[in-house]
Amino acid sequence: MCACRCGIRVHLRDGALRYIEGNPEHPINKGVICAKGSSGIMKQVSPARLTRPLRRKAGAERGAGDFEPISWDEAFSILESRLRKIRATDPKKFAFFTGRDQMQALTGLFARQFGTPNYAAHGGFCSVNMAAGMIYTIGGSFWEFGGPDLDRAKLFVMLGTAEDHHSNPLKIAISAFKRRGGRFVSINPVRTGYSAIADEWVPIRPGTDGALLLALTSELIAQGLYDREFVARYTNGGQLVIAEPGSPRHGLLATDEGTDPGNPLYPQNQLWWDRHSNGPVISHTPDTDPSLFGDFTLADGTRVKPAFQLLADRVGPHTPEWAEKITGVPAATIWRLAHEMGVTARDEKIELPIAWTDCWGNEHQTVTGNPVAFHAMRGLAAHSNGFHTVRTLAILMSLLGTIDRPGGFRHKAPFPRAIPPSAKTPTGPEGVQPNTPLAGLALGWPGSPEDLFVDAEGEPVRIDKGFSWEYPLSVHGLMHNVITNAWRGDPYPIDTLMIFMSNMAWNSTMNTVEVRRMLNDRSADGEYKIPFLVVCDAFQSEMTAFADLVLPDTTYLERHDVMSMLDRPISEFDGPMDAVRVPVLPPTGECKPFQEVLIELAGRLGFPAFSNKDGSKKYKDYPDFIIRHETEPGSGIGFLAGWRGAEGEKSMRGEPNPGQWEMYAKNNCIFKHELPPSYRYMRNWNRGYMEWAQRTRIRRWGEPILIHLYSEVLQRFRLAAQGKWPGRRPPQRLAKRVETYFDPLPFYYAPLEMQATDLEKYPLSAITQRPMAMYHSWDSQNAWLRQIHAHNYLFINPRAARAAGIEDGAWLWVESQWGRVRCMGQFSEAVEPGTVWTWNAIGKQPGAWGLAPDANEARKGFLLNHLISDTLPGATSNSDPVTGQAGWYDVRVRISPVQGGEEKTVSPEFSVLPPAPGTRRGPLRWLAYVAGKEIGE
Amino acid sequence: MKPAWSVIFFTTLAGAGQGLFLALVAAEALGEVPAGFLVSGALLALGLLAVGLAASFFHLGHPERAWRSAAMWRTSWLSREVIVLPAFMAAVAAFGLSHFFSFERNHSLWIGSAGAVLCIALFVCTGMIYACLPFLQEWRTPLTVVNFIAFGCASGATAAAALAAWQHPPLARPYAAAALALGALAYLTRLAALARNRQLRPKSTLSTAIGVKHPKIVQIAHGAAGGSFNTREFFHGRPREVVRAVRWTFLALVFPVPAALLGGGADSAAVLGAAFAAQYAGLLAERWYFFAEAKHPQNLYYQAIA
Amino acid sequence: MTKQLALVIDLNVCVGCHACVTSCKQWNTSGEAGYLSDDNPYGADPTGTFFNRVQTFEVGEFPDTETVHFPKSCLHCEDPPCVPVCPTGASYKRAEDGIVLVDYDKCIGCKYCAWACPYGAREIDEHQKVMKKCTLCVDRIYDQNLPEAERKPACVMACPTSARLFGDVHDPESVVSRAIRESGGYALMPEWGTQPANHYLPRRKTTKRLHPDELERHDNPLKVDGRLPRPEPGEPALDDVTSW
Ligand SMILES: Nc1nc2c(c(=O)[nH]1)N[C@H]1C(S)=C(S)[C@@H](COP(=O)(O)OP(=O)(O)OC[C@H]3O[C@@H](n4cnc5c(=O)[nH]c(N)nc54)[C@H](O)[C@@H]3O)O[C@H]1N2
Ligand SMILES: Nc1nc2c(c(=O)[nH]1)N[C@H]1C(S)=C(S)[C@@H](COP(=O)(O)OP(=O)(O)OC[C@H]3O[C@@H](n4cnc5c(=O)[nH]c(N)nc54)[C@H](O)[C@@H]3O)O[C@H]1N2
Ligand code: SF4
Ligand code: SF4
Ligand code: SF4
Ligand code: SF4
Ligand code: SF4
Ligand SMILES: [Mo]
Repeated sequence: MCACRCGIRVHLRDGALRYIEGNPEHPINKGVICAKGSSGIMKQVSPARLTRPLRRKAGAERGAGDFEPISWDEAFSILESRLRKIRATDPKKFAFFTGRDQMQALTGLFARQFGTPNYAAHGGFCSVNMAAGMIYTIGGSFWEFGGPDLDRAKLFVMLGTAEDHHSNPLKIAISAFKRRGGRFVSINPVRTGYSAIADEWVPIRPGTDGALLLALTSELIAQGLYDREFVARYTNGGQLVIAEPGSPRHGLLATDEGTDPGNPLYPQNQLWWDRHSNGPVISHTPDTDPSLFGDFTLADGTRVKPAFQLLADRVGPHTPEWAEKITGVPAATIWRLAHEMGVTARDEKIELPIAWTDCWGNEHQTVTGNPVAFHAMRGLAAHSNGFHTVRTLAILMSLLGTIDRPGGFRHKAPFPRAIPPSAKTPTGPEGVQPNTPLAGLALGWPGSPEDLFVDAEGEPVRIDKGFSWEYPLSVHGLMHNVITNAWRGDPYPIDTLMIFMSNMAWNSTMNTVEVRRMLNDRSADGEYKIPFLVVCDAFQSEMTAFADLVLPDTTYLERHDVMSMLDRPISEFDGPMDAVRVPVLPPTGECKPFQEVLIELAGRLGFPAFSNKDGSKKYKDYPDFIIRHETEPGSGIGFLAGWRGAEGEKSMRGEPNPGQWEMYAKNNCIFKHELPPSYRYMRNWNRGYMEWAQRTRIRRWGEPILIHLYSEVLQRFRLAAQGKWPGRRPPQRLAKRVETYFDPLPFYYAPLEMQATDLEKYPLSAITQRPMAMYHSWDSQNAWLRQIHAHNYLFINPRAARAAGIEDGAWLWVESQWGRVRCMGQFSEAVEPGTVWTWNAIGKQPGAWGLAPDANEARKGFLLNHLISDTLPGATSNSDPVTGQAGWYDVRVRISPVQGGEEKTVSPEFSVLPPAPGTRRGPLRWLAYVAGKEIGE
Repeated sequence: MKPAWSVIFFTTLAGAGQGLFLALVAAEALGEVPAGFLVSGALLALGLLAVGLAASFFHLGHPERAWRSAAMWRTSWLSREVIVLPAFMAAVAAFGLSHFFSFERNHSLWIGSAGAVLCIALFVCTGMIYACLPFLQEWRTPLTVVNFIAFGCASGATAAAALAAWQHPPLARPYAAAALALGALAYLTRLAALARNRQLRPKSTLSTAIGVKHPKIVQIAHGAAGGSFNTREFFHGRPREVVRAVRWTFLALVFPVPAALLGGGADSAAVLGAAFAAQYAGLLAERWYFFAEAKHPQNLYYQAIA
Repeated sequence: MTKQLALVIDLNVCVGCHACVTSCKQWNTSGEAGYLSDDNPYGADPTGTFFNRVQTFEVGEFPDTETVHFPKSCLHCEDPPCVPVCPTGASYKRAEDGIVLVDYDKCIGCKYCAWACPYGAREIDEHQKVMKKCTLCVDRIYDQNLPEAERKPACVMACPTSARLFGDVHDPESVVSRAIRESGGYALMPEWGTQPANHYLPRRKTTKRLHPDELERHDNPLKVDGRLPRPEPGEPALDDVTSW
């Protein structure tokens, strides 16, 4: 049901849901299930279920939730005529953004075929820093792309993770790890959930992990506790960087011009300074070994330094004492942790008797593992300095020699990718043409300024300003900018905004109160600033209230779904995997799977990939599409990798198989390809794996993926900002910013919002975390789950609370420079005294989610988002300057007690939403669910 | 504990009825008493018991199955009570009838004695329902049974005095005297119970409740934001001031006020009736406090504000 | 020896995810014994009957704080005080496996058993008007239609951290007995002599002791790169100043 995508088995009794349990044969969850998954029944019967297409009543205000039901025919014809017009004139006026869905392969294809660049999913406000920071460094990442190998790790360090996407597997793994006697350290301002069972909790001030990680790295290098062999061979640490300030090639890797670089995208002619011959050699020349330290001069007089030397120089001053002042973590703890990591990696090595061959042809008899595993998520990512923090983490992990090795970090297919991955967007406005698919992907991985998606002036083409000089590496887009930008008409106004599975009027938006106003704001001519708003959701949310057209989706039990490798992978460490869902219940009311809506629209609008040559619709429905669609005619690559070929005899690649759904259904709905052991590790540099991946077209290129301790990609942008790059350059107003933040070496800076805040006035950091028993805003409609978290408190360390004169349980004001919220506070000794926090997305607008207006969620629950701004002083977005990641966890606040006469309810208050037509009306006094019959009144 | 009104009414009404019956039997045993007085006394006692019984049914989820509750007399004081109560009521009825039909004195005395035995048994059962629970330390004392008996007898004697003043004045003064004496006894034992309970140190602590040895343990969440049976049934939910006020109220009403009225020398049914009314009101408060005062160890698991 | 089935809950790995709470609700609300009702399911102060709850405690003071997630259901006491007090016999302890159950057809809803349970493990169903509590999933664990591996309570099957072990605590070789023995399993509120069959396993900490000399190693990679250079033989040494 959620992004974890566990396998479930659903039992029915008399056609009604009886029991949903984990599928014991599913490799992801191995039979376990979470609290949300176990409450799926209540989701299915929720009174908040939308059951009919709805149109905003003529004359009704947006946000009032005043709708009339219409037929699907009407809905389709409204959409068709509107979209047809946009597509024929200016496709970028259609913006399509999706939330926490698992359909990015299809939604992305739809947008691309439409021809609009304005497409993204939630990644930009979620954890793009995690993806980008690590993928630009090691070619893979945590999140859904890789993870800690807790089966073999001895030390596990978790930073900033509360629940994560891979939640059930992570729980299974942590528990087994602890039982095996592994040591678990959690670095987090708050101790809940996973951190609760950590052997050691290291409380840290939010947004400062970069400093801690630099200090750890510094100490590892100072003590010689890095894996030299790994660094020398598998990272670019030994490669020589041109050290000629003033030269346009300053900071680029020195190459040997006389040697064929091979693939120009990923050249292989960089140099090492060979330790033995004391001279330059092409890197990875047999029988040479690079100097990691030094300062050398090439034959042509160019001064060069090994990248590792630059890294050592950079981190040298960042001692534990230095970090203590920033992070609040005692220097002694930092030393201890650094030594523990280094000594464990060095002395508790794992040797697996698995022979493999590296990309340079060297045979290895064993696979080595340094059993120190890390995991990190949004606690690092959701800060505007997160890209560099995450990159520092990736570098630390690399120095310890733990990348794609047993007991360390391991990739999940289709990762590792090249650095950067070769997927690219169009590079200018000419990529967007009427009635034509987009000339590239809507999202890609820039490797140099030439890859940006900007016009001749260097200004953005995308509505969210993704891939512009403001956020050059915004590889997941910036969904949190869309509404504000569209409202401002900056860079241009749009016509239709379609939102799927996202609650942008509430919990996935910053500056909530203002954004709600923007959604309802009109220009002088009386037209809405965002003229047409389509929302597809399964429930009556705060967002649906603003829609002009509401499309009722089915639930996960009522539709076909694919968990495709073209989307976020669900692969395991040992090989690629994908899965399907088949409906167990008929759609409720007139609900229609959104996939079917897209297939139908794509057919009607005549998208090339969805039409036959004669212009007729190519696919009957979604299941048909899934079976027959190929990425390119004859490519043999489709949404599903299993049971391909006419008879289902092939896997990974092969012709479409008409019986594919049935074969999945027969096989537990899962396809798993286990790689042979010799392809399972060291995949960045594993020749066997690379060849296999190229053969199966998981990858186009086969060059080894050297870890970028030093990021030449970032340096290219910096050179452009310094006016030294031969190609594109940033607009003047952004030059300084790009120069600062595109540092090829990891560095720490205070998050942008903290830089722009009077920290004396707002002494506390405010953060949220996910409750394990709730999925974002979805689950308040769930009669069981809401009994666990009906409302939320602001958790405050008693020291901070008493200093502000606040008592346990009392109502208080929490105030940022952007707004203030009245809520209840609760003392907690499990939070760092400079931090306050609450559970994410518990507070609700009265009347939304099928709840009575006086429900706890509306009366006592609050949303921290009201305190967070999407724009910082100087009109820059509250985002990481490298990736555009939303800086959720940067907000600074102060707290004060409510005064005697004040009301004891949450503030700000919102109007009461009426139930939408088609949702179940009337409050139930009580309810008892028994499969086959419902009791209650 | 959360005071259960059905049970408060039951124990106070039945207690007064029982006390009244004992007063009747005692009077008969000690001398000649007009049958009419005894009949109306028995009727009144029966009435009190019946109303109490009716109140107690409100405590049950399934009153229609109440008959089942006689099953476990070997182990359950509640079950025993359920058996003794109808037997006692039958005895009261028989006692009344014996006088109504003017049975021989030793027959009616015999019935009366049997009834008295059942009456005491009922007191013990009712008291033991509370006193047998080991972890409700405030209740876990013979004083609980003693209090139930003493207050039952005192309020019964007061009722008898009032009834006598109306129907058979010569008995009014002796009954009033008895009521005074019993009331004083009850009061003293209740004060003793209060004093005892004040000394109690909870045997269970958060440390034993969750098995973590540490002086500082705080509950953050009890797992049910909207409340649960456990947060309702075992907490009175009143501010401490209210509880304290109730205590002072009952301490005034159960004895000092009725004592003043009883001891004032007036024989009027109105004054003695007022004494009973005051004492009964006091008993309601006393029982309410009896519940509110009891700290259930399960509450250790339900302390969080969330 | 007679059987005593029970759960053993490993606080060392419980992350407080509430999976056991809702999987229990889900299994049991459609179960043989009858539904588990909810009041105000979509209104103010939603509340309902659950057999199992997960609570959170904080131990100690910052920064030495432990957060303890604490699941609690009926402990199936060996000497269950809730049973003898029940006037109807609706509450009983099964001789064959020690499970404490309530017969809903006999229960009059007098709540006396709940008063008699020190653990707050019983909850009345406000609509069926009978007392309810964990059944140890009797309707699963003996169900011959289920594969052997699934004849376990719903909460045990669900728990992602396998913090919930199930078995016979009277059989010294069972997983639960071993866990109790080997990991310091304990009972709640032992002071009341109820002898709960369910046990809890405490937090166990893994620490690492580093010896300072582990930082001083001959194979320090800094040496390879000449960062810990060996001095020239000509540099001053002890040999210059003394002879023995
Ligand atoms: N049950 C449940 N599961 C979910 C979701 C859900 O809503 N519910 N959402 C899914 C989604 S979309 C996502 S993105 C993932 C996110 O998964 P997580 O990244 O685990 O989610 P968060 O709740 O954001 O957790 C952030 C953690 O970082 C900590 N933190 C905050 N700032 C800092 C910092 O500066 N340094 C450090 N070291 N820690 C910090 C917080 O205290 C918190 O523990 O979860 C997914 N899984
Ligand atoms: N303060 C704060 N804000 C945050 C975060 C934070 O940590 N703190 N986290 C951020 C992150 S990481 C994320 S990913 C976002 C998540 O934010 P969103 O992606 O906006 O997720 P939700 O708010 O849960 O909205 C998802 C919508 O999908 C609907 N839905 C559920 N199931 C279905 C279905 O089957 N079909 C359809 N069509 N709709 C369905 C739900 O009803 C809901 O309206 O929130 C962000 N917001
Ligand atoms: S973690 Fe997500 S996918 Fe897995 S059981 Fe829970 S809700 Fe379902
Ligand atoms: S399911 Fe397991 S980990 Fe989750 S709360 Fe229950 S016992 Fe703890
Ligand atoms: S935990 Fe409570 S309900 Fe369960 S057996 Fe023990 S005393 Fe009875
Ligand atoms: S509530 Fe039911 S089970 Fe409990 S004591 Fe009364 S009759 Fe027995
Ligand atoms: S054993 Fe069964 S009834 Fe008991 S808590 Fe677990 S799931 Fe609920
Ligand atoms: Mo997310």
